[in-house]
Order: sequence, then structure tokens, then C-alpha cells
Amino acid sequence: MSYSKQLIDHYENPRNVGSLDPKDMNVGTGLVGAPACGDVMKLQIRVTDDGVIADAKFKTFGCGSAIASSSYVTELLCGMTLTEATSIKNNAIAQHLALPPVKIHCSVLAEDAIKAAIQDYQNKQVESQR
Amino acid sequence: METTRQIYLDYQATTPCDPRVLEKMIPFFKEDFGNPHSRNHSYGWKAEEAVETARAQIARVLKADPREIIFTSGATEANNLALKGAAYFYRDQKTHLITTLTEHKCVLDTCRYLEQNGFQITYLPVLSNGLIDLEVLERAFTPQTGLVSIMAVNNEVGVIQPLSEIGALCRLKGALFHTDAAQAVGKIPLDVNAMNIDLLSLSGHKIYGPKGVGALYVRRKPRVRLEALIHGGGQERGFRSGTLPTPLCVGLGEACFIAEQEREGETERLNELRNRFLEKIHSSLADVYLNGDLEKRIPGNLNLSFAYVEGEGLMMGIKNLALSSGSACTSESLEPSYVLRALGVTEDLAHTSLRIGFGRFTTQAEMDEAAESIIKAVTRLREMSPLWEMAQMGVDIKSVTWAGH
Repeated sequence: MSYSKQLIDHYENPRNVGSLDPKDMNVGTGLVGAPACGDVMKLQIRVTDDGVIADAKFKTFGCGSAIASSSYVTELLCGMTLTEATSIKNNAIAQHLALPPVKIHCSVLAEDAIKAAIQDYQNKQVESQR
Repeated sequence: METTRQIYLDYQATTPCDPRVLEKMIPFFKEDFGNPHSRNHSYGWKAEEAVETARAQIARVLKADPREIIFTSGATEANNLALKGAAYFYRDQKTHLITTLTEHKCVLDTCRYLEQNGFQITYLPVLSNGLIDLEVLERAFTPQTGLVSIMAVNNEVGVIQPLSEIGALCRLKGALFHTDAAQAVGKIPLDVNAMNIDLLSLSGHKIYGPKGVGALYVRRKPRVRLEALIHGGGQERGFRSGTLPTPLCVGLGEACFIAEQEREGETERLNELRNRFLEKIHSSLADVYLNGDLEKRIPGNLNLSFAYVEGEGLMMGIKNLALSSGSACTSESLEPSYVLRALGVTEDLAHTSLRIGFGRFTTQAEMDEAAESIIKAVTRLREMSPLWEMAQMGVDIKSVTWAGH
């Protein structure tokens, strides 16, 4: 399988690898995928009080496409509002990295990870208001 | 494209043709191009003589009679001929076959075909070390069992099945014993009589010979009958028609000769390489698991699971190495290796496996470089693995409810 320059760059020099404190009220964590399926993504965002993503971190167990998809996503997310982040579609990820057809699911997983992280953040906000 | 040459560590996929083998083959592409079946001139005689020499070389490795060797296009054809040929010839008396879940695809797929055509097949499970349980085999026999097909050496995990015990059991139960020995020649001692083997498949390109040639051993006493798959001029005692590819036959014969001659020394050398490699890996990395038995294993194979690091992701990080992964992602199917699953390797660990195959032309420097590259890549990828992070925090990843996808 031959991969695009962008994909290889994200695999070799992944952006924003790491973890944020999952207990922090301003941090949303998304953990998607399954070890048995061969890919697990953990995506975390730190959201400012005015709803902007100030920081994003990832850790991924998976193939090069999965690692690159999550790395690229963290790059996209930084500086976005939650509304903008929600509108990120897997196609955009797949297109940017030129994912081969059998790897499209990696971009789907990355989109799921964004949604899961935002959901987690929003749940925290709702709970804190109770 | 690759600018530097990768270190070749995929010897179970194929092996380079030994220069000594190639040298023996070349004249039969050039001046000695005759058809070995031409009976009327020296070109034919010379080719025939070369083919018969090769046949004797192959027979000698198996301790068989040259008249029991049938040339084929490879082990896939030999396995097809053994299974379909015997099943169809004896179908009026016996309609049940026994094989294992860890056979090569060409045996399993042939068995599926036979199943669709009215035969019953038992697929034996294997133990967690990859070996069959002889008691389970014994219980699988029925009065209808005509053939047992169990590979000598597994192509993914390198484990050696107990051929003598299986052969004795088959003889006792009145069933034929076929073994796919493609990965075994030159690696373990073979003796078709001592082991009661009735049919044995082998391949040229797995033993430093050319691609496109293999052989099937067919026992003469007591005589094993087969229905031919390829009809024509009646070559190879009617078992396999078609003009023999003289250079390939010569190459297979020479490859067998060298493989057997160098077997003991090579076993010792490769065992040393293997132990040194394993020591390096284990001293730098925790949570690395060997798939398949270590003792009952050919020396040139390691199948290792590097927990918390996905196989294809790992392969991208070791571009200087040419090897295979048991991970789904390297194949189009997205399913992890069926062999590893048959060993009971959990899917998450199957996704993290690498098959490291080395052999005649592998040097210690290459193995050292491979170990270093793997250690470096695994360490880097674990740093970015959420599973590794969870494990370090004491979370049992099996206790997590994962959303499958």
C-alpha cells in the first residue's frame, strides 16, 4: 500500500500526542474503537469558557492511517468553536490524507472521536449546572 | 520508492534462489533445452537424465524411492492433487477427511471445495502452542475416514506437528496420511517410512529453489492411488500430465540436496540468531508474547505479539525491514490471522503480531539491526498508544466495554 506524503508526515511526526486531565471540567475525552478491531483512538479537547477549543491531544492504537487521521484532527480542532468542530466530516480527513479506500474507516473513527469528545465535554457542563 | 534495500525477514513467504541452485538450472534454459519426454534424440535424453537426477535428489531427502516423486507446479498444486485426487479415487469407500484449522489456505480451500461436493471434513482445533492434540485426532476418526492432512510445519508460527505419532495413528485406523511439508524440507528430518507418510507436498521457492515448481510424494507400497487433476500426455505416471519444466525440476532437486546437506549446521546457526534476537527484544520491551511453541518450532521463525501496538502501524515504523504482520490491516480482509485465532490468541493481541522469518542468507548484523529497529518503533508507538497508557495506569483493557465498529 502506498501512502500520501501528508499521511506519512503525520505518522512520522504526529502532532499533539499526549493526554489532558480527564477530570478537568474544561476537558472533553472521546475514546472510540476497540482493541479487537485493531484501532482505538483517544481524543481530548480543552474548551475555553467562550466555547473555543484551546488544545487538543490524542493517543491512538492503530495503523498508520488511524494515527495520521487522529493527528490531523487535533491540528484542525485547535482554535475551532465547538459548532465548527461538530461539522468536521470524515470525508475532509480522508481527502486531506488521501486515505486508500480500505482505510476510510480510520477517518470515520476520527470523526466519531471528535463527536465523543464534544459530547463528554457537554455532559460535564450539564452536570455542573445541576 | 525504497532507496535503500530492506532487510529481508519474510523467509516463510518465499526464499531467495540459492546461487548454486540457479547455476545448475541455467544450462537447461540454454543449450540443454530439450524436452525430457523426447525419446528420439540426445536433447531429450539429456533433459530426461537431469530430471531423473533431480527426482532422486528429492526422494533422498524424504527417504523415498524416486519413482514415488511427482513434479507439480508447487505445493498448492501438490496439496490439491493429494486431497482431491485421493478423495475422488476412494470416494466409493471413504468420504471423510480430517485436517486442522491452521493449515495453509490451499488445503483449507480444497477441503471447502470437497465439502461442497459431498465429502465430510473435520477441522481439528489446535492447542494454544499450535500443536494438535493426538487424543482429539484419535477421536475424530470414523470408519469413513479416508485421509488425514496435517501440515508438517506451520507457515505463520513455525510449529512442528508430531508427524510420527500422526502417521502411526493413521496406519492403525486405515487412513492415508498426507502432510504439507512446504516449510519443513531442510528444517526437520523427514522419513516417509518411519513416519508412515503416504502423501507429502513440497515447494521449490520455500527452500531456496525456484518458484513455479514443487513435488508430491505418492507412496508405492502399499500403493496409493489418485485421480489426476490435469489430463494430457500421461507424464508423471499419469498423475500429472504436461511437459516437465526441466530447469525448474533441476533447481528443485539441487535445492533439496543443499537443504538437507546443510540442515544440521543451519539449524544450529539460526537457533543462535534467534536466541540472540529474542534476548535483545525481551531485555528492552515488556509485554512481548511468542505465538506458538518455542521448542517444537523451526529455528527460522518467530511470531511475536507486541501488546498495545497495532501491527500495521508498527510495520510503517520499520520500513527497513521486509516482513509480515498477523494484523488485519495488512490484508484487504480486515480480519486478523486465522492461524493466530486458532491458537486462541485474542483478537487484540493478534492485531499486534509480527512474523519474523529468517534463513540461509540472514546475517547476525541484520538480525541485530532488526531488533533495534523493532524496539525503537514499539517504544515510540507505545508512547502514543492509549492502551499502553491504560495498562500503565493499571486498567485491564479487557474490563473496558469497547464499542466495536
